[in-house]
Amino acid sequence: MSQTFQRGPVTGTAVKKRSRRKPFLVDYYSTAVGKKYVMAITGIIGVAFIIGHMVGNLKAYLGVIEHNGEQVYDIDVYGEFLRELLVPILPHGYALWGLRLLLIGAVVLHLHAAWSLTMLNRNARPVKYQGARDYQIANFASRTMRWSGVLVLVFIAWHLADLTWGWLNPGFEYGAIYRNLDASLSRIPVAALYIAANIALGIHLFHGVWSLFQSMGWNNPRFNRWRKGIATGIAAAVVVGNVSFPIMTLAGVISFQPLS
Amino acid sequence: MTNTLKNLTLKVWRQDGPNTSGSFETHTIEEITDEASFLEMIDILNERLIEDGEEAIVFDHDCREGICGTCSLMINGQAHGPERGTATCQLHMRKFSSGDTIVIEPWRASAFPIIRDLMVDRSSFDRIVEAGGYITAATGGAPDANLIPVPKPVSDAAMDAAQCIGCGACVAACPNGAANLFTAAKITHLNLLPQGQAERYSRAEDMVETMDSYFGSCTNHGECEAACPKEISIDVIALMNADYRKAKVQNRKQLSRT
Repeated sequence: MSQTFQRGPVTGTAVKKRSRRKPFLVDYYSTAVGKKYVMAITGIIGVAFIIGHMVGNLKAYLGVIEHNGEQVYDIDVYGEFLRELLVPILPHGYALWGLRLLLIGAVVLHLHAAWSLTMLNRNARPVKYQGARDYQIANFASRTMRWSGVLVLVFIAWHLADLTWGWLNPGFEYGAIYRNLDASLSRIPVAALYIAANIALGIHLFHGVWSLFQSMGWNNPRFNRWRKGIATGIAAAVVVGNVSFPIMTLAGVISFQPLS
Repeated sequence: MTNTLKNLTLKVWRQDGPNTSGSFETHTIEEITDEASFLEMIDILNERLIEDGEEAIVFDHDCREGICGTCSLMINGQAHGPERGTATCQLHMRKFSSGDTIVIEPWRASAFPIIRDLMVDRSSFDRIVEAGGYITAATGGAPDANLIPVPKPVSDAAMDAAQCIGCGACVAACPNGAANLFTAAKITHLNLLPQGQAERYSRAEDMVETMDSYFGSCTNHGECEAACPKEISIDVIALMNADYRKAKVQNRKQLSRT
């Protein structure tokens, strides 16, 4: 191929000598399209977790059950089950930590890709349009991805401090999920925070889930018309499920009573 | 029915060169027929400016029938103005009404430096096409028609992508200044056809990575599709993303055979 121009920072698997090539994943990640793949794949991991988390939390509505001859809250049993996952193949808690590390890795990569792509995009238009833009298709969700993402991130930190580590939870008891949930969400400002953060999450997912089909190159006339619907459905299900917990706690449906 | 528009206020971006700062200059058009095209309106204004001994407004234009991709202009915050599926040259004054204020700006992207006023340098697009937007065909007489069978739906899809005139509206409209729609259209119209298969993966890799060195990244807003005078669908971007991923693997595999 005869090329008379000076190339920019092109990585070029095909044109570079083998010894000078970067490792495949690093090479791939160094391009914007590669970073978008990472955004999409880590996004899929995140969406899978969020759906699983929401569905698991619905156990709060099952209230008290009898377990090994004792009266216990169903969601407390579920919490213990997660730690016992894959026992006895793995020791207690190992499988859960494996999943947590996967999730933490996904969040870190998602953040790094988002940050570097944002910087790339800023540099791509250093002088903004001086007149007002008249957007045709870009919607509130797509234009606020960075803000909704940051909101969700701040909320996750709060959420961990509240219900995982217990620093922000009044009278936190390790493993007493139902009690901690009620203690936290009975506070009206906290309930409001949970509702607001989950709406931000829904907005993020509405654009993110649709967007990942494009980034992954999943485009086929047979299912293209479902892509927006899937995004709306997932976003709606997550928002409705998650927002129901603070509302139902304030309404008294989720209400902790000490069991004898 | 011909109508006459009265009292239009134009706010036109004036800039002496790539490295100087520019500003809006206000002009009033007292009267113009709504049959005039947008570019003819600027022509008429320029005639007046020249008669008054002022500098004419510099803007890109060539065929004025929507096929060359030379005209540009960000009109009231929309690339190629309010008419969908047309370039600026085919926008007519009937889309506006008397008393309107019209803001005219050049395309803005770091890869499209302003040459003067409303004219920008789009040669970064040429760099992308040079990187792989061609097929290496045997020279000689033109082959017989239908010598290489192409299924009709595939040739239609390739032709849809091949409509790209390289005007740069996709970059201009993109909130991120990304050229994914342009590059994807140029990759897709060759990669869908049998003639494009031999260089399919080197093309995908080289063109995407050349694009990468000049432009922003896609966040799937879809603004490019709305601005495109040829209404090229962002579906081609998904095809490009898939081909780029395959190319990264495929090119490695082929290299390891050498």
